[in-house]
Amino acid sequence: MSAWTEKEPIVSIRDVHKSFGELEVLKGVSLDVMKGEVICIIGPSGSGKSTLIRCINALNDIQGGTITVRGISLTDPDLDTLALRRRVGMVFQQYNLFPHKTALENIMMAPLLVLKEDKDEVEARARELVKKVRLEGKEDSYPGELSGGQQQRVAIARSLAMNPDVMLFDEVTAALDPETVKEVLVTIKDLAQEGMTCILVTHEMGFAREVADHIYFTDNGVIVEHGPPKSFFNKAKDPRTKEFLSQIL
Amino acid sequence: MASESRSWIKARNTDLAVMLPYRLRHHAGITTTQWLASLPAWTGLVLALPLLLWPLYSHAAGNFTTVDAFAALVKWIPFLFKSGFLFNILISMFAMLFGTLAGAALGLGQISKLALLRRACWFITQLFRNSPWLVILFIVLLALPFEIVIFGYIISIPDWMKAVFGLSLPIMANISEIVRGAVLSVPTAQWEAAESLAFNRRQTLWRIILPQCFKRMIPPWMNWYAILTMATPLCSLLGVEEIITLSRQAMESENNHPELLVPFYSFALVLFFFYCYPIARVTIALERKYAVKL
Repeated sequence: MSAWTEKEPIVSIRDVHKSFGELEVLKGVSLDVMKGEVICIIGPSGSGKSTLIRCINALNDIQGGTITVRGISLTDPDLDTLALRRRVGMVFQQYNLFPHKTALENIMMAPLLVLKEDKDEVEARARELVKKVRLEGKEDSYPGELSGGQQQRVAIARSLAMNPDVMLFDEVTAALDPETVKEVLVTIKDLAQEGMTCILVTHEMGFAREVADHIYFTDNGVIVEHGPPKSFFNKAKDPRTKEFLSQIL
Repeated sequence: MASESRSWIKARNTDLAVMLPYRLRHHAGITTTQWLASLPAWTGLVLALPLLLWPLYSHAAGNFTTVDAFAALVKWIPFLFKSGFLFNILISMFAMLFGTLAGAALGLGQISKLALLRRACWFITQLFRNSPWLVILFIVLLALPFEIVIFGYIISIPDWMKAVFGLSLPIMANISEIVRGAVLSVPTAQWEAAESLAFNRRQTLWRIILPQCFKRMIPPWMNWYAILTMATPLCSLLGVEEIITLSRQAMESENNHPELLVPFYSFALVLFFFYCYPIARVTIALERKYAVKL
């Protein structure tokens, strides 16, 4: 593992190819994320954005190219996947909370079992996180008793409890009611403002424009266009980007 | 019941697949337990009817009347119950214990990441699930030695131990399928969520997956216990001294009058019914409970 410094990208994706059998989903994708940056990946369904984000914490393997996270190469045959995943938090579209555990237990589980941290410390931190995602009073609720937005905020707190360096958000508001989307986005925005490195796959264009440092537009397994929000939304050049934006905005 | 649970889910607004009513795939049809539990409790009395009415229907001719047959049964009841039926229960409990332990291990083997282990466990499971129990019992009886010698000590293996072993094999195979089916019924998203939190496979399985499906395994597990208990009379064919073997011996000692058949076998039937019926009812109640509650 090469020593990583903050001047280098914390996540570096180089010419990544990914296929599911015959179907090539990523056809040479490259992007860099610096520490503290917030990037949004947008694009039509099936363009490979979720696949890309899942490759970053090795939920999907890649067939070509390289991905490094904090200097850890994901294509290294001796890769310690678990060590990588301790550094990269992930939040899913369907929240995927553990239904047999309360909100607080969901947050505490990984630090206790994986990091083997002291129970009192973990609990104190978990309660802080509950406060941070504005769910005081819901500590002892089971996921089934919480609304979608509340579950998603527990899921964010659960990932944060591992103190990750990078947070991945895979269409985290796509399954939510319009009213609850906002409470989740506010939580992510708070995180971004605290300097957490965030990679989001999203359909929330307003949110992307407001929070992202850089936006990538993917279509058909390649990055078609990218840039800071201002130039991306106002001066898109590629016809595919223009068409997509005209449909969405 | 289905519409009831669906409305519950709507009310709770869930989209978690784990909260949907649960059914093991190979239990799609009606199970023995479902059938048994669907019977009204007075079925037991109907089964006992021959016992109750037989003495009234007496033959005038012949020197051995059904009243005598009934009196013979009453004489034998304590012995048949204590030395016979309780022994059936004992056999069923031991066979269930060993079958469950071996079946749980085999079931986990079926979802192993090692292809060789997975295939071996699958093969063993299918072999014993799809063989007639009686054939398995005969093979075990004939294949196992009646005594083994360890360090010069001769340890005899009684027939009932062989019977326990023989009955535990099909139970093992069916428990194996229950475990495999239950684990697979948990959505892959739960595996991914745990993996993305850096849980290793063992932690994911024991802390996340199995706790979620443990309760769901209880009703089919109890179903197999009821089936096993009702199958214990098979051991009489191996000469194990359980209730059917002893009933036959008792009838022999009463000079094998044909009038004895109905009272004696009805008695056994009633005992099995009153033992298995509550189990079936509890199983169905649990099935309903866990279908909607986590």
